[in-house]
Amino acid sequence: MLILECPCCGVKGEETEFHGGGEAHIKRFGPGSSEEEFHDYLFAKENPRGVHFERWRHVNGCGKWFHVARCTRTLEVFGSYSAQTTEPPQEIRDAITARRPGWRWREFS
Amino acid sequence: MSTRLAFGGRRIDRTKPVEFRFNGKRLKGFAGDTLASALLANDQVMVGRSFKYHRPRGIVASGAEEPNALFNMGQGGRFEPNQRATTTELFDGLSVTSQNHWPSLEFDVGAINNHLARFFPAGFYYKTFMFPRFAWKHVYEPIVRQSAGLGRAPKDRDADRYEHFYAFFDVVVIGGGVAGLQAARAAGAAGAKVLVMEQTADWGGRAMVDGGTVDGQPVAEFVSESLAALEAMENVTLRTRMMGAGVYDHGYLLGYERLRDHSPDAPGPRHRLWRIRADRIVTATGAIERPLSFAGNDVPGVMLASAVRDYIVDYGVSPGDRVVVVTNNDDAYRTAIAVRQAGLAVPVILDARLGGGGALAEEATKLGIRVETGMGVARVHGARRVEGVSVCAQAGEGAVLERIACDVVAMSGGWSPVVHLWSHCGGKLVWDEAEAHFRPDGDKPPLGADGAGFVVPAGAANGALSLGAGLADADAAGRRAARDLGLKPARSAAPEVGDAPEAPIEPVWLMPQGASAGLRMKAWLDYQNDVKVSDVQLAAREGYESVEHTKRYTTLGMATDQGKLSNINGLAILSDALGRPIPQTGTTTFRPPYTPISMGAIAGEARGETFQPLRRTPMHDWHEAQGAHWEPVGQWRRPYCYPRGEESHAAAVAREIMATRESLGLLDASTLGKLIVKGPDAGRFMDMLYTNMMSTLKPGRCRYGLMCSENGFLIDDGVVARIDDQTFLCHTTTGGAERIHAHMEEWLQTEWWDWQVYVANVTEQFAQIGVVGPKARKVLEKLTEDDLSADGFAFMAWKDVTFGEIGARVFRISFSGELSFEIAVPASHGRALWDKLLAAGQEFGVTPYGTEALHVMRAEKGFIMIGDETDGTVIPQDLGLDWAISKKKDDYLGKRAQARSHMSDPNRWKLVGLETVDGSVIPDGAYAVAEGTNANGQRNVQGRVTSSYFSPTLGRGIAMGLVLHGPDRMGEVIEFPGTDGKTYSAKIVDPVFYDKDGEKQNV
Ligand SMILES: [Zn+2]
Repeated sequence: MLILECPCCGVKGEETEFHGGGEAHIKRFGPGSSEEEFHDYLFAKENPRGVHFERWRHVNGCGKWFHVARCTRTLEVFGSYSAQTTEPPQEIRDAITARRPGWRWREFS
Repeated sequence: MSTRLAFGGRRIDRTKPVEFRFNGKRLKGFAGDTLASALLANDQVMVGRSFKYHRPRGIVASGAEEPNALFNMGQGGRFEPNQRATTTELFDGLSVTSQNHWPSLEFDVGAINNHLARFFPAGFYYKTFMFPRFAWKHVYEPIVRQSAGLGRAPKDRDADRYEHFYAFFDVVVIGGGVAGLQAARAAGAAGAKVLVMEQTADWGGRAMVDGGTVDGQPVAEFVSESLAALEAMENVTLRTRMMGAGVYDHGYLLGYERLRDHSPDAPGPRHRLWRIRADRIVTATGAIERPLSFAGNDVPGVMLASAVRDYIVDYGVSPGDRVVVVTNNDDAYRTAIAVRQAGLAVPVILDARLGGGGALAEEATKLGIRVETGMGVARVHGARRVEGVSVCAQAGEGAVLERIACDVVAMSGGWSPVVHLWSHCGGKLVWDEAEAHFRPDGDKPPLGADGAGFVVPAGAANGALSLGAGLADADAAGRRAARDLGLKPARSAAPEVGDAPEAPIEPVWLMPQGASAGLRMKAWLDYQNDVKVSDVQLAAREGYESVEHTKRYTTLGMATDQGKLSNINGLAILSDALGRPIPQTGTTTFRPPYTPISMGAIAGEARGETFQPLRRTPMHDWHEAQGAHWEPVGQWRRPYCYPRGEESHAAAVAREIMATRESLGLLDASTLGKLIVKGPDAGRFMDMLYTNMMSTLKPGRCRYGLMCSENGFLIDDGVVARIDDQTFLCHTTTGGAERIHAHMEEWLQTEWWDWQVYVANVTEQFAQIGVVGPKARKVLEKLTEDDLSADGFAFMAWKDVTFGEIGARVFRISFSGELSFEIAVPASHGRALWDKLLAAGQEFGVTPYGTEALHVMRAEKGFIMIGDETDGTVIPQDLGLDWAISKKKDDYLGKRAQARSHMSDPNRWKLVGLETVDGSVIPDGAYAVAEGTNANGQRNVQGRVTSSYFSPTLGRGIAMGLVLHGPDRMGEVIEFPGTDGKTYSAKIVDPVFYDKDGEKQNV
């Protein structure tokens, strides 16, 4: 059972307080997109052993969505941040680099 | 004979006799006994039968690792199977029966399996039950079910109470032996908030039996002094009868406290599950002695050496008069000495090591005990009780040198640190060659959220087996935990212990090392599951190399004791058979809980009415008073129908439908989801959520809308009312309110966060009543002056109406096909309006109707129901709802997906009505068969029933279904074989069965 911190209300909570929402920073493809783009948008998800970016919702709390950067291998949490961004903020990237030099995830590093 | 000694027993109180029952026999023990010690005191060495061969089984151990002494305990609501005698404290009136035998423990029919043992090899289940195929159902399964499982599942509701505790500590120490106490002292003195839990009722652990001196005083005095010091610390909590059950991510820890197992009539909960968050967890969980693998090591009377001395020292119980000790290490000499000091005989100590033992061996020799080095047990004699052993050279193949009479064999194969809690959450192990055991790898601990290790092993659990080494290690562990928290440990020295010099252990995985096949077939590894050395060797020969696969194939370590005694011996045998070192084979995964915990403790308070909240509408009490038959819909309870007197449910439903269609029905529709979408961008947002064009809806008007997931599948439907320019009220299905609210929030927060829209779930703020039927307008006009005429209040409009003092929002919508008004009022006025309508409707024979009448009437009209016509794979186009999909919009959730090739495939099954040829009701979910068979030899299918009812209006069965090319096959008859053996023939028809032109609702 992970402990996560909701960046919206500042509460540190048990995993049962939150609900996982899969991979973060997915770009939506709608009408007009190619078959491949749309397929990848819906179904091609990252499943790394290591650094990962995820969406979580504080369901049994403030109800807000947020992002978490963590390691799927060690369950180490590098930080949580607003869901209202298209890429991880610099301080989160720095926190990951401090622990996992040379990390890469999709187009981010 | 095993019996009570005339003296000794530090745990028992001889002034307090206790009476208990074993298989109906009345037996006596003392306060402080465990069930196991009391049984031994009554010469009850044999306590059960093994799982597969039904061989006699005796008490082997004295603690949580006991594999054999499992009992049915208690009766009725307090019945529990598989209770371990060694961890069950005796109390007056305790009643147990033995398990896994028929008709009795002494005469067991299943023991015939023992004589067929050569037909029950490893993987027996996999090999035997495969063929012939028909035999599984008719022959094997009934027999397996009859004889499967240890114990019996309880039948009655649990009579006891359980609870959960939530707790937070800096440091939790698991284990209250000398190591745990010392670690707690070190962490506590540094100022950490500490919890110490001990699974037994007593502090001090093994050291209390094994003795020794600490700081120049007897270890028992050191323990009392440590306890006093800890009790004096306000930051330290001490708990006995509490086991560390499991360690999980980020310092989550389950503690299992057994409050009343030892005194069932005391008040309060029976068990308490502690859900703890700890910054650091110190595992001072000790070590478990390993059995030795020699022929007949499962005969009752063969026990762990440590258990033999526990029964003597702790309980004043002699397991037997003549105890042969067999060992590969020095520790077992303590047992020989304890037996001798109790005045009993030790005919011989068989030490497998050629060089023999150290200081303890000298002491034993001084006591006059015969010691044979380089020797082992060739086989044990006796069936239900040990009668003697044959001695052989450990180095040989088992040639018998001598036969020695005895009634107990005390064996020791060395000690394995209890690494379970360290390993639960990913802590890695190293193989310690010198000590021949796995111990925690300090460099690879389980990691917390910050990436630092959060479990610190201490004492014997860390491989520091001797008193001195264990205390020093535990002291360091306690300090380490405190320092990790940023605290400063006190500057005091670790306790001083002068450990006597010991000779090193020599690993013995098989005795004798060259044992013949006949001997290996009788050398047990797993006592409960009947796995022998020969079974593991067979698995290796058959190609099983992974220890996890071998475990499942042989069932080694899969019994209720989870291999606490058998795992290390088993994997050593496997490694040897595969010709590779033990660390390369590795261990199986250690999974929580450490020992089984009660289902009651897991449930805690969440049972019966407190299992989950019940949602009640404002009219709930009225429904209940009418004797409504309830239907659970999510957390709601809705009336299914309101049976009158002896009326059947089917008759009640038919009556409710006819009354509504002919005059006036009332529906409590309060559970309908109600979401308000508001803001400058509300219209734009609604256009993305619904397949319809919602932004063009005029204030004062309603529109039926569909919602799809981004995958294109239909997820909800309902009527949307536009309240004003910036405000929409979205009705969802009863079960969908929370889900759809979350769906809207997700898109608003994570995709269109710059749009100015707010969503509020107001489902419970409003009561909603459907006033339905030809007399609906008449009854409402009795209650208001407002204009409800067909001209003044059109179909699919809404308006504010006052009913006396009650302000309401009325929607002219219909889900039944009748003239219908849905009235929403603040929840607090719901019951008042309901009562007014009942009174005013009396002259029209007003009839409240339930969910089943609602369902039947909607099906008669061909309206779809989410969850019936949809199942997560259905798109609106399948249901002929193309009219509700806007062609003008560039985008909506699901639009792109619905353009994918499979979604526009003309062979997708489409919605049609189904009319049985003979008027009967097709079973719900039945499939329509087509010509031919598929690759699996099953009939091809061409459609399925999604809804099926008896329609009282039409006097016949009606159904809806999805059928291949259905809309193009009107009038064709297709066949639906039911599971009842009948085949239903149904004609494909239009799904609207009743009032196709809508004349009834548009009046
Ligand atoms: Zn929050």
